Amino acid sequence: MPWKKRIGELPLHLMILPGLILIVLYSYGPMFGFIIAFQKFIPARGFFDSKWAGLDNFRYLLEMPESRRIVVNTVSIAVMKIAAGLIAPIVTALLLNEVRKEAFKRSIQTVIYLPHFLSWIILGGILIDILSPTSGIVNQALGWVGIDAIYFLGDNDWFRYTLVATDTWKEFGFSTIVYLAALTGIDPTLYEAAVVDGAGRWKQTLHVTLPGMSAIIILLMTLSLGNVLNAGFDQVFNLYSPQVYESGDIIDTFVYRIGLVDAQYGVATAVGVFKSVVSLVFISTSYYLAYRLANYRIF
Amino acid sequence: MLEHYTMGRRAFLACNYFFLACLAILCILPIIHVLAISFSSSNAAQAGYVKLWPVEATLASYKYVLQKKAFFDSLLVTLQRVGIGLPVNMLLTVLIAYPLSKDTRRFGLRTIYVWIFVITMLFSGGLIPLYMIIKYTGIMDSIWALVLPGAVPIFNVILMLNFFRNLPKALEEAAFIDGAGHWTTLWRIFIPLSLPSLATVTLFAAVNHWNSWFDGLIFMNSPTHYPLQSYLQTVVINRDLSLVSSGDISSLGEINERTSKAAQIFLGALPILLVYPLLQRFFMKGIVLGSVKE
Repeated sequence: MPWKKRIGELPLHLMILPGLILIVLYSYGPMFGFIIAFQKFIPARGFFDSKWAGLDNFRYLLEMPESRRIVVNTVSIAVMKIAAGLIAPIVTALLLNEVRKEAFKRSIQTVIYLPHFLSWIILGGILIDILSPTSGIVNQALGWVGIDAIYFLGDNDWFRYTLVATDTWKEFGFSTIVYLAALTGIDPTLYEAAVVDGAGRWKQTLHVTLPGMSAIIILLMTLSLGNVLNAGFDQVFNLYSPQVYESGDIIDTFVYRIGLVDAQYGVATAVGVFKSVVSLVFISTSYYLAYRLANYRIF
Repeated sequence: MLEHYTMGRRAFLACNYFFLACLAILCILPIIHVLAISFSSSNAAQAGYVKLWPVEATLASYKYVLQKKAFFDSLLVTLQRVGIGLPVNMLLTVLIAYPLSKDTRRFGLRTIYVWIFVITMLFSGGLIPLYMIIKYTGIMDSIWALVLPGAVPIFNVILMLNFFRNLPKALEEAAFIDGAGHWTTLWRIFIPLSLPSLATVTLFAAVNHWNSWFDGLIFMNSPTHYPLQSYLQTVVINRDLSLVSSGDISSLGEINERTSKAAQIFLGALPILLVYPLLQRFFMKGIVLGSVKE
């Protein structure tokens, strides 16, 4: 390559440089920090002078009684969220697609997108209030139809489902966007042809609309595979309490508690390493599948 | 399109409209309920009389919240983080998206750089190592701890780079023939042409800064340095009594924990509710434009 061309590229390198430095420091730095997992880490000594512990931290994890429970909670909550997070928006998008009154459709969209933009602090505060077993309006309403008060956020039988339901409530509206975009991309002549062939609306949905959405559905299904260990820290952290650790404690909240609250840095990082590595495997697989099945590339 | 509506079709449409309306109501009802509580008197809220409209309407809770110093301090921290963090986010987004939108012929190392950035989306160092890095780089307990770790919003970079890539190549070539360099081309051609996308990405970044709470909670040592959402976390979710000091609530009589919490929840959501119509208008267009490839 002629050096003149290289000089011409110099401004491009310069543009990237500041961002690159920050990324190296605050994204790659922590990856290097994985060595904490193999150390008896003492913050004052830093990454380089702490004593090595080999695999002790990982061994400790395997022997901990909570480990199994946390993985089971994380995966079960995450999988339920993935399933609900796929089905609810698809159904909503299909129903919205049947609406012919544009103004009505747009108002519905505006309202159901809203919760996506509010933080889990705001929504957590709202949910804690309305789901309270003593004064919450939800339990009041259940009382009117003769159902005993349910402690949604404090009962281990209910907590996971409450998480899944409220997460779906927050995100289903916003998730319809991609499906609605796919629906507008379907060639209208296909519908006309279907009508000529005598298909009713139901048959049209089945044979034109759904196949038209299948590419995006397959894509989002494969991509969501990367989230099997993401049960949603923001949500769980703001809604859980010690009495539902049994059903609702997940990897991320556990790392926070043993790492930053109990200062067991080595063990907490070991859990983090486990999560990152397993997630990487899932995410790579999902991107590979998305590439193969839907010809998807991120950039 | 003229459609002949059968009975079944009509019944379906009626149900569909009804169902969708219920869905929308379900999304907004909890927010309205909490809003109603925030404007109600302490007794009415406590007794459970409040449904969707304030009972014994009063502004007492808002008066109480707005005269709290801790609330204002945290609001200032949030404004500071948006004021510094948002320009940093935008500058870096544009500066990274532009070179990466070139193809390999124009920018030889493009693919390598893209991977360096994308890997950070796939793999993260996790909480504890990040905490230590923040500590060792000396930004703990300062506003920079809320700005620098998230300074490069990769998702936004990808949106922008896909958008830049779809701008007509001829414009860029014309600029170069006229003697413009990369900086001029970016500033005079690319940025003016991508204002809708930039608006979308700006709003995303602003909402993100406003809503972030965990970083404030762990990187700030003293609660007086908490941004608003972190402060709300301790007050509304955790009921941290060191910040509420129950004494001053009961002395006021007209309000209680529930109404004052409701008022703070609503104030914490207010800016989002205000920019929401804008957000709604821009983001649809922006996302669709940014995600189309080839």
